[in-house]
Amino acid sequence: MSPTPASATASGSISGSGSVPGSARGTGDGAVRARRRERTRRLLFRAAATAVVVWSVAPFLWQLSSSFQLDRDLASRTPHWLPVPGTLDHYRSVFGGHEFGAYLTNSVIVTVGATFVGLLLASLATYALARLPVPGKGAVLALVLGLSMFPQISIVVPLYLALNRLGLLDTYHGLGGTYVGLALPLMIFVLYAHFRSLPAQLDEAAAIDGAGLLRTLRSIVLPLALPGIAAAAMLGFITNWNEFMLALAFTSSPEHQTVPVGIANFQSQYFIPWGDMAAASVVVTLPLVVLVVVFQRRIVAGVTSGAVKE
Amino acid sequence: MNSLALSATSASSASPAPAGRTASASARGAGSDSASGSASGSGSASGSGTGGRPRTGRRVRSRSTGPALAGAALLLPALAAVLAVSLYPVLRTLWLSAHDAGFAGPERLTGFANLQRLLGDGLFWNAWWHTVAFAFGSTLVETVLGIGFALVLHRSFRGRGLVRAAVLIPWAIPTVVTSRMFGWIFDGRSGVANYLLSRLHLTGHYVDFLGDPHTALPTIALADVWKTTPFMAILVLAALQTVPAELAESARVDGASPWRTFRSITLPVIAPSLLIAALLRILDAFRIFDLPYVLTGGGPADSTETLSTFGYKTLFSGLELGYGSMVATAAFVTEVFIAAAFAWYLARRYRALEG
Repeated sequence: MSPTPASATASGSISGSGSVPGSARGTGDGAVRARRRERTRRLLFRAAATAVVVWSVAPFLWQLSSSFQLDRDLASRTPHWLPVPGTLDHYRSVFGGHEFGAYLTNSVIVTVGATFVGLLLASLATYALARLPVPGKGAVLALVLGLSMFPQISIVVPLYLALNRLGLLDTYHGLGGTYVGLALPLMIFVLYAHFRSLPAQLDEAAAIDGAGLLRTLRSIVLPLALPGIAAAAMLGFITNWNEFMLALAFTSSPEHQTVPVGIANFQSQYFIPWGDMAAASVVVTLPLVVLVVVFQRRIVAGVTSGAVKE
Repeated sequence: MNSLALSATSASSASPAPAGRTASASARGAGSDSASGSASGSGSASGSGTGGRPRTGRRVRSRSTGPALAGAALLLPALAAVLAVSLYPVLRTLWLSAHDAGFAGPERLTGFANLQRLLGDGLFWNAWWHTVAFAFGSTLVETVLGIGFALVLHRSFRGRGLVRAAVLIPWAIPTVVTSRMFGWIFDGRSGVANYLLSRLHLTGHYVDFLGDPHTALPTIALADVWKTTPFMAILVLAALQTVPAELAESARVDGASPWRTFRSITLPVIAPSLLIAALLRILDAFRIFDLPYVLTGGGPADSTETLSTFGYKTLFSGLELGYGSMVATAAFVTEVFIAAAFAWYLARRYRALEG
C-alpha cells in the first residue's frame, strides 16, 4: 500500500514540470494554457493530499490487518496485505492470556479520573486568570508554561520518593494525582483563549443580577466555553492515556499498571508475539482514532483558536 | 504544551510587541522565581486591601478587593498542583545531584563529585550527543513536513475534514504503541519495510534496522517524525490562518508562482510562529524516552541511548539516585540553554525588525 503515494507523487511532479515547456511554446490561447496549468495544479494537490493521508494512516492499517492474521502468515517473508484467512486468536489471547483487560481498566480509571479533576482545577484557575483582576497573572501564566517544559526524567525520582513516603506507590491515586498536575498547563492554555474570547459584559451582567463568582462560572462561562472545554478535556485525556515513563516508575503490579506499561512489557515473553501486540495496539488505539475522527474539527479549532481570532 | 504555541503564535503574529513581552516573561518564569510568583499573588492581594485602587483600578474597575482575592483562591489549587509535580521535583533533583544516595538509607553530600564523574563519563556524552542530534534532526524534518501538511490542510476542498482527521491519527496513538508498530514494520525477518525495499531493489539483503547500530537511531527518528509531524502541522496551520488572504491573492494576480508567493509572503508571516513551534518540538524531542526504551532499550551497542533512557537506567536499574539525578539535571540544563538561545534569537530578530 505504501508504494502508491510515492509513484503518485512522482508522476504528479513529472506532469507538473511537463506542462512548463508546453506553456512556453505558446499554444496561442492563454485561456487554454491557464486551464491546463490549473488542472496540473489540482492534480498535484490531489496527489499531495493522498500522500499525506496514506503516510498518516498506513502504519495503523497495517497493524489492524496484522492483528487478524495467522502467526504463520505473519512470520513469512512475503507479507500478506489482507488477513485472508483471518483469525481472532490474537484478540482472544490478549484478553485471555495476558492481563490486558486489567491494564485497560487501570488506564480508564486513572485517565478519566485525572482528566476530570484536572479539568475542574483548570476551569477555576483559568477563570481567575482570564476574567478576574488577579495580580501578576502574566507571570503566573508564563510560570505555568515554563514549568510544563520540564523533562520528565528530572522529576521522576523526587515524585517517586514522595509517593513512597505517602504510601501511594502502585496506586491509582498516586499516578492519577501526578497526571492531574502534569496535564494542567496544557488545559489552562487551551481554556485561556476560549475564556478570553467571551465578552466581559457577561460577567458584569451576571454580577448585577446578583450572581456570585462560582455561579457566573457555572451558569454562564462554562456553557459558553464548551468547545474549549471539550478540546481541553480531549487533549488532557490523550496526554494522560499515552503517558509512559511515570507509569512505568510508579506502578509495579498488573493491578495498577496502565496500558502503555503493559504493551511495553510484552517483550518479556519467550518470543515476539507480533500478532498479539498488534491486537493490543488496535484495542488501545481504536478509541483514540474514533475520538479524533469524531472531534477533528473541535481539536483543530481548540488548538488553533488563539490564532483564528486575530 | 501545544497551547503555549497557540498563545505565543497569536501574540507574535498579531504584533511584535506582545511577542517580546511573552518571551521575556517566560524566560523569567523558567529561570528563577516561582516563589516570587506566588508571593506576589498573595502580597498584592493584601496590597490592594490597603491602597489597591491606583494599582488595579486603572484597567479593571475593581469595586473591592473581592474579585482579586477570589481569583487568587481559584488559582491556588491548580498552581499548587502544578508546582508539586514540576518545580518541587526539579529542585529536589538538583539537590540530589550533589549527593550520594540510594532508594533507602541516608543521602550523603558529595558536592561536585557527581558532576566530575559526569563530565568524564563517555556513556553520558554518548547519550548527550544522540539526544541533541535526534532532537535537532527530527525537528528539522518535522518542521519541513509539517509545513507541507499544513499547506494541504489549509486549502479548502471536499473531504478536508477526513484528511484532517487522518493526519491527527498518528498524534493520538500512544507512543508505546507507535514503538510496537514500527518495531513490526522494521522487523529484520518479516518486516514490511524490508520486503518493500528489496522489491524496489533499494537494498540487496534484509536489514536488521533496529539491531544495527548504524540504522537504529534513524529508524527511531523516523517513528518520531511519523508520530509528531501532525502536531507540527496543526501549529503551522494555526500560523497559516493568520496570513491575510488578500496578500496571497494579490500576489497570485500579479503572476507570482505558488512557490514565490510562499517564499515572499507566507513564510515571512509565519516565521515567528514557526520558530516557536520548532522550539516546542525540540524541547519535546529532547525528552525522547518511550521509543528507544521500548524499541531497543538503548542498544545495540548504546547507539540509541538518550539522556532519558540513560538517566532512567541509572536511577531505576543502577539505583544510583545521586548520579542519576546529575544526568537528569544535565538534561534539564541543556533544555534551558536551548530555550534561552531560541528566546534570545527571537527577541533580537524581531526587536530589530521593530526598531
